[in-house]
Formats: sequence, structure tokens, C-alpha cells
Amino acid sequence: MSYRDGHFQDLKVPLTWTVAVAVVVAAVVAIALLLSDRRETLQASAYGVARAVADTVNAPAGQALSAPGRVASQASDFLRDYFFAASENRRLRQELAEMQDLRDQVASLRNVASRYQALLGFRTDPPVPMVTARVILDARGPFSETRLADAGKERGVEVGNPVMSERGLVGRVIGVTRGASRILLLTDVASRTPVLIDRTDARAILTGDSSTAPKLEYLRGQSPVREGDRVLTSGDGGLGPRGLPVGTAVKGLDGVWRVQLDAAESSIDFVRIILFTDFSKLVDQKELSALPLPPGPPAPTSPQTVIMAAPADVAKAAAALAAKAKPSDGSSAPKGPAGMVTGGGASASDHGATP
Amino acid sequence: MSFKADRMDFWGWIGAPSLICLGATLLFAAPIKVLGLQLPEPVFPMAPVFAWAVLRPSILAPFVLLGMGLFLDMVWGDLTGLWGLALISAYLTVLLSRSMMTGQSRVMMWVWFAVACGVAMAVAYAATAVDSGVAPNLVPTFWQFLPTVLLYPFAHRLIERFEDADVRFR
Repeated sequence: MSYRDGHFQDLKVPLTWTVAVAVVVAAVVAIALLLSDRRETLQASAYGVARAVADTVNAPAGQALSAPGRVASQASDFLRDYFFAASENRRLRQELAEMQDLRDQVASLRNVASRYQALLGFRTDPPVPMVTARVILDARGPFSETRLADAGKERGVEVGNPVMSERGLVGRVIGVTRGASRILLLTDVASRTPVLIDRTDARAILTGDSSTAPKLEYLRGQSPVREGDRVLTSGDGGLGPRGLPVGTAVKGLDGVWRVQLDAAESSIDFVRIILFTDFSKLVDQKELSALPLPPGPPAPTSPQTVIMAAPADVAKAAAALAAKAKPSDGSSAPKGPAGMVTGGGASASDHGATP
Repeated sequence: MSFKADRMDFWGWIGAPSLICLGATLLFAAPIKVLGLQLPEPVFPMAPVFAWAVLRPSILAPFVLLGMGLFLDMVWGDLTGLWGLALISAYLTVLLSRSMMTGQSRVMMWVWFAVACGVAMAVAYAATAVDSGVAPNLVPTFWQFLPTVLLYPFAHRLIERFEDADVRFR
């Protein structure tokens, strides 16, 4: 019996209702995906296989699509350099004169700093390795400010690594796969970065809101920030090294302190990914978080403890004290490897004391 | 300009417009600068969202929109499901109001398209704000809304092309 000859031949589902069901099902799937997303976390596993695969596929596509743009940009740079060579030369000469003064100051300060470090026994941070990458895809919308860079796992990039342009901090890596890594910019609504005000050492959290100047939140103290203050990374929470340049504090039209980002002064086409690993990630977290064993019954190790613990054996403990007070009488106290007398010379068990 | 009404086959009606939208999204996501200015970032799938809902209800369309939304999320690095939900919301809005749009002028249809775009952006805005705890700035939201609204001629062309292909739902 064919389908058409059966009881279902007259069954007609209204299209409107079927479409309504389809829309509801699709919406439920979208909401479920939305609720399960954890892109802002620093866990590598939170990025998801789908995103990693998509980035792997998008990377070569982005490379190919951005190639004409790069060529056009290089041609435009060439023309600009050609026509504006004289003014550029004047500007560079002026900049060089300023830099020569700064160079002398830096040499002097470096000398003083190294002597202070030697005097104080100060241990400086080791140099942090970094890799250079090119931006190949670019999301500039209000709900997402990310970049896809062409350096991935194979070059040692990890989730959480800070990313800089030649001017200052750009963001951090939130996803990494082979050949590509996804960078969350400081301006993204999901971005939170611990920073400090250079002048006052006041701490704050830089919070992106998809505008060009992210907000400074959780500022404490009496007037901790002034217009024009330099803002640097604080390194709190192990998100990155301390002291990376972020930008300059400005008061927004809404009365909120914001940061004019250094990185916004030029286009983010090449970036440096800092392969920073915080010390808290190097230690064995399991060992740190393991609960200590409950303490057992105290074992008396000195005659005084024995006296306190067992008054009945006072006489024996007193004898032990007397024996210890006369080392020259030929008693052999166990010695440590360096010849030092160890504290266990007259243990409770030697004297038969009970705790 | 008149267009010949095509048959409503899957490829011409859903497949090709979807692929064009995805390709355009990828192209505009490339870091290309024109005269020192970055390219805009319109939501290209809004054109088929509007056209599909205006012409006839479809069972496949919501799932294709979900797929396109996921693609946008992957390319732009948004929350997974954000644009799927936004596009489906806009599709539902147009679907519910399609009886009111019948016979309207092109300008009125453009206004309806802007309303649909507004619904999609509002849903995406609300979902992002709830998830991140920060309300996104309205200025960049507007700068994405504006080029998206300017995509209406593409939706209009799709509607004209298939308007007479299935007259049951007029």
C-alpha cells in the first residue's frame, strides 16, 4: 500500500502553523546556543570546536581577501611617501632631536636603576618572548570587536596572551587554533582589563563598551585620576605583565572617565602577541588547592613538652634535661649532616613518655 | 525595470542569495581600507530575511537563517546564536506583518525593511547587554544599522524576481 492510498492522504498540515513551529524551533536552538556561549572566559576549552574550525577555515579566506587591500595600501603608501617626502623628513629630524635628549635621560636612569636593583637585590622580570602576526579578518560591529591574526598554536600562542600594536595594548587572545588566533579588543563589550593610573598607582578595570574609548570602572580613592594621566596595565590577576602602555585618561561627555587608547592612533594591521605566562599558571594548581591533612596528635619532641603533657613523668623529663645540660659527660646527641645538634636528641619515646 | 518571475526552486530562492550574503560578509570583514576609511559592516542576510518573509512563509527559511546567523557569529566573533536569534526575530516580525505590507509603495516597504532591521539590531543589542553586563554604545550600533537599511534594493530585487512565482500567498 502506497502512502497516498493510506489514511494520511487527506492529511494536510497548515503551512502557517508548520512555519510557526519551524520558527520557534530555530529560535529555541539559537537561544540555547546563546546561553551556552562562554567566549569571554579565559579557558581554552570555552572557545569551542566549532569556533576553532571556523577560524581555521576563515584564516586562508581572510588572507586571500585581504591581499588586494594590502597591495592597494602599499601602493598608496608609496605614493604618499613620494609626494610628502620633504615634510616627512622635517618631521623626522625634529623627532630625532627630541629622541636624542630622551636617549641620554634613559641611559642615565637605566644606570641609576640598575645600581638600585643591585643594592636592593631586586629581581626583575625576565624578558617576555613575543610573535608578530598580521590581521586577516576584522569585526568592527557594535556587538563584537575582534580580529583574526595569522599566528596560532604552532607559534606558541595561548589563550589569554596580551596583544599589542606598535603603539600600545590592543587586547588579548580569546581563541587559538592552528594558523590563527582570535583577538578580543579592549573596546569589545566583553573585555575587562585590570589597569593602573601611572601617576597615582590607583587601580581600575578598563571596560569596553564598543566605543573607541573604553570606560575606567571601579576607581577608588580621592581624585585618583586626572585628565591626561597615563594608563598602564597593572598585571593584577595574571592577565599580563605590568606596565604595558594602554592610553591616556580623558573625561567623557557622560562624565565617566575613559581611556583614549594608544593603539587607536594607527590601524591595527600588524600585532605583537606577547607569549606571557603568569607565575600562577606555572605552579601546580592542584597542589596549591589541595586541602591540608588534619593534624594528628602532637608528638612531644622536647622535654618541656613532655613535662606539660605528662606531669606523672616529671622526674624522667627532669633527668633528660639534666643529661642534655651536660653534653661533656659522654652522651651522644645525634648530629645533623653539618655537625649541628638536632632537636631530637631526647625524644619522648627515648624516655618512654606518652603524649 | 521588470524582472521575469522565476520558478521558486531552492537554489534560486534560498541557496544563491544565502551564499551571496555569506560571501559579501566575508569580503567586508577583510581589513581593507578605502581612502583611509574602513569598510562598513552591514548585516547582509537582512535582505533575504525580508524578501523571504514578504513573498511566502517557508519551513526551510528559519533554519537557513539560523545557519547564516551562526556563520556571522563565527566570522565576527560574536556570541554563538546571537545573529541567528536576531535574524529569526526579524523574519518573524515581517511574517506577522506581511498582510499589512501587501500593495504598499516602495518607500513604505523600505520603511518596513528599516523596522525589521531595527528589530534585529534591538534583539542583538539586548542579548549582548544582558550577556556582558554592559550596554553597547549606540553610535557604532547606528553605524551598523545605517548601511544595513541601505541594502533594501537587494531585497526589493529578490521580491520582484519571485513575486509571481507563487501566487497562493498573496
